[in-house]
Amino acid sequence: MNPDPAKIHRRKQLSQRLVFALFTLMSAAIVLVLVVILGFIVVRGLPAINWGFLTKMPENGMTEGGIFPAIVGTFCLVLGSMIFAFPIGIMSGIYVNEYTNDGPVKRFMKTMTNNLAGIPSIVFGLFGMALFVNGLHFGDSILAGSLTLGLLVLPVVIRTTEESLKAIDNSFRIGSYALGATKLQTIRRVVLPMALPNIITGLILSIGRISGETAPILFTVAAYFLPKLPHSIFDQVMALPYHLYVISTSGTNIASSRKMAYGTALVLVLIVLALNLLANALRRYFGKKVKMN
Amino acid sequence: MKTGLQKFTEKFVEGLLFISGSITSLAVILIVLFLFKEGWGLFNETPVEKGSVIALNKSNPVQQLSAAQVKNIFDRKITNWSEVGGNNDSILIFSVNDITNFYSEAELGDSLQFVPQRISELMGKKSGIIAFLPTEYLAKNFEGRILPLKKITLKGFLKGKEWFPTAQPAAQLGILPLILGTLWVSLFAILIALPFGLATAIYIAEIADNRVGKILKPVIELLAGIPSVVYGFFGLIVIVPLVQRTFNLPVGETGLSGALVLAIMALPTIITISEDAIRNTPRAMKEASLALGATHWQTIYKVIIPYSISGISAATILGIGRAMGETMAVLMVTGNAAIIPHSILEPMRTIPATIAAELGESAHGGLHYKALFALGCVLFVMTLVINLTVDLISARKKYSK
Amino acid sequence: MAKDYVKKPKVMAKEVNLYYGDFHALKGITLSMEENHVVALIGPSGCGKSTFLRCFNRMNDLIPNTKVTGLVMVDGKDINDRGMNVDQLRKNIGMVFQKPNPFPKSIFENVAYGLRVNGVSDAKFIAERVERSLVQSALWEEVKDKLKKSAFELSGGQQQRLCIARALAIEPSIVLMDEPASALDPISTAKIEELIYELKSQYTIIIVTHNMQQAGRVSDKTAFFYMGELIEYDDTKIIFTNPKNTRTQNYVTGRFG
Repeated sequence: MNPDPAKIHRRKQLSQRLVFALFTLMSAAIVLVLVVILGFIVVRGLPAINWGFLTKMPENGMTEGGIFPAIVGTFCLVLGSMIFAFPIGIMSGIYVNEYTNDGPVKRFMKTMTNNLAGIPSIVFGLFGMALFVNGLHFGDSILAGSLTLGLLVLPVVIRTTEESLKAIDNSFRIGSYALGATKLQTIRRVVLPMALPNIITGLILSIGRISGETAPILFTVAAYFLPKLPHSIFDQVMALPYHLYVISTSGTNIASSRKMAYGTALVLVLIVLALNLLANALRRYFGKKVKMN
Repeated sequence: MKTGLQKFTEKFVEGLLFISGSITSLAVILIVLFLFKEGWGLFNETPVEKGSVIALNKSNPVQQLSAAQVKNIFDRKITNWSEVGGNNDSILIFSVNDITNFYSEAELGDSLQFVPQRISELMGKKSGIIAFLPTEYLAKNFEGRILPLKKITLKGFLKGKEWFPTAQPAAQLGILPLILGTLWVSLFAILIALPFGLATAIYIAEIADNRVGKILKPVIELLAGIPSVVYGFFGLIVIVPLVQRTFNLPVGETGLSGALVLAIMALPTIITISEDAIRNTPRAMKEASLALGATHWQTIYKVIIPYSISGISAATILGIGRAMGETMAVLMVTGNAAIIPHSILEPMRTIPATIAAELGESAHGGLHYKALFALGCVLFVMTLVINLTVDLISARKKYSK
Repeated sequence: MAKDYVKKPKVMAKEVNLYYGDFHALKGITLSMEENHVVALIGPSGCGKSTFLRCFNRMNDLIPNTKVTGLVMVDGKDINDRGMNVDQLRKNIGMVFQKPNPFPKSIFENVAYGLRVNGVSDAKFIAERVERSLVQSALWEEVKDKLKKSAFELSGGQQQRLCIARALAIEPSIVLMDEPASALDPISTAKIEELIYELKSQYTIIIVTHNMQQAGRVSDKTAFFYMGELIEYDDTKIIFTNPKNTRTQNYVTGRFG
């Protein structure tokens, strides 16, 4: 070898050490960013949160009082879109993974799901407004908002189901068939119960997504200020993410509603954090159970 | 008997599942249909809101004006008809409120019942006049000539440099500034996010020991879970002032602020997908490189990155797509000025932010409403192209293996 | 001739123990081999022969929770010594893997890789070395017109010979082969064996194989491993005709495996 091996070796080692140090720093920077964002919202938001904040109506041009109607509204929307998207999404996932072979049908369905997932959330808002609010005359309502949000989260549910089913080894299905079980029985008694933990974990994470989305509800349900609770699915509601948007950008008095904004942001973050922790805990719990078997 | 029922149940459930399986296809088709139905209507209209007209003197040879020309005339940037292909005659701008400059109250009638008549007279008298009139003020034997404006075309829509959909008398519907704003902000975001995302993906997949990786992954998952409006809020309160102070700008709401927020939001996508791609590199290939005396780093950039490059590019493109479609955070921090950007330190306005900000105030079925849906179509096509590109890349990757 | 036997062994292992976590994978292996010999490591699956092979270029470092004790000497140097340059060690020891594993690069760049990562930049030198290595691995005639093409376009057997060329390009003194023909068809296998035979004059070769005939055909010495232990190590002729240990006998005659 013509160059001096010791020198080359030193150079190789040095560049590796430099690059790895750089990468470590950059990864640390990302953690730092998260810590700053969370820390900022927690530190500023915590003083705003108390029992009254969570249970009172907004008062005085949304600069005082609480965010109760927004909490209730977001809860309604989450529930509504779950009712719509979860059954259909799970069934769709089952169909794609269990009933289609690798071929044009499966590829088409998967491409369509991918495309739906790639559509920006504001486009869902446009569509929800055109179809549900104006086309079907639901008006600005929980129903229109839930359907729009449900459509948005549908690809997530389908993919979660599909991935969970795919992870089940084929030998379990074959074993069940060998005992004379039909396809449906196999899916219901063997495949689905085994995949359920993963499906549930994925669905929990998708709830976080639903509760934080703003763009799809802008024109389908969200009310700027509505200090009463909904009575039917055709009522408008306030929602947490929209409320945060409103009071931080266009409230009557942005400066004096800051505290409310911090509090709302913290509530939103706490919801996501709680769902993430729950999903992780479930993952660990089920993971252990599977290992024990 | 029992098997017959069983068979029926099997088939029935399969049918039900098939219907569910088709729902995404149905949804995509419906979305396309509704979006384009509402948006496409724009291209048969003239840029004057229904219920109003633009009128000229009958002797005026000008046959047609574009929205931009009308705007320039009413902004008094064009003052002579010769500039728009007419006679050498100075332009007289007239709107209904100006009528009192020409007629006394008595001439207009005590309940203003003669106004249409007087307007008509005036239109006949003044050769250089251009009037913007509500249709209810058009007299039966109107002495002016109603001027048809050029219809809105797709080309004009895409290439127009001015976005002012509520402008009177003619809406300015050019979305070039919005397209450019979207591209600038999202490309800058990826430019910032890519090095960090890639470094972190490599760090987690190759450098960090398992324990650190196990801490980092939930952190990134959490980063992905935080709602965009919270990022927007954070950006508004922390990043915007920071950008303003750092670059000593009049306002902090700039493309850069948007790009920074979007970069943070795009990180999870880039990290997760790139990390998967890196982990998919066969161990044997890594070992072969190490066995030839390459260091770990040489192995990473000479073997692992080339091997996983399609996954990494898919991650990047997907990140761009997400960034282009992101609405709330961008709306809150970029300043939303619909001008063609010259520097990232200027306020910018993206397509999703425009829709979010303006749809609420546009009348259902009106010009503005249709224009926003057309904008939605443009955004849809942009993201569709991105998604298909990603599909193509992943398909090719499978093929090459 | 007698003098050769006194000369220091090229490779030596003394009381080598290796643990994967709690699993005791190699149990006190002691063995030495001479320059320009081919040594075959045989034994049933999971007996530790591949693990042992990977001790010589410290490839086991890559597996977390691995602990090695004992002494591994290459050219008289303790390779597990703290001051050892692992990348330099690996540069001097070529390795060929079970399945062909070319890089996602051109045929030329695959062979040039080892030179480039070790700081060689002289284009003429690299081109000469690439050609020589491909000639040595009997692949030159088949690929000389398509050096710029992707290595993935080659057949499995060609890919494996490319991997051998890649290992030879950095002029190692020792070549480790981990079942190099197990994923190949009989014709490609024959070519690889022929190649090993030719390479013997210049290199010390350690080859792990499942294939008894292959071990018999190509090696000077054979080591039989069983359950992490070295059961018997001797001239290949003796191992295959007159082994001292009955387990060795049972294995080489195909009574278990």
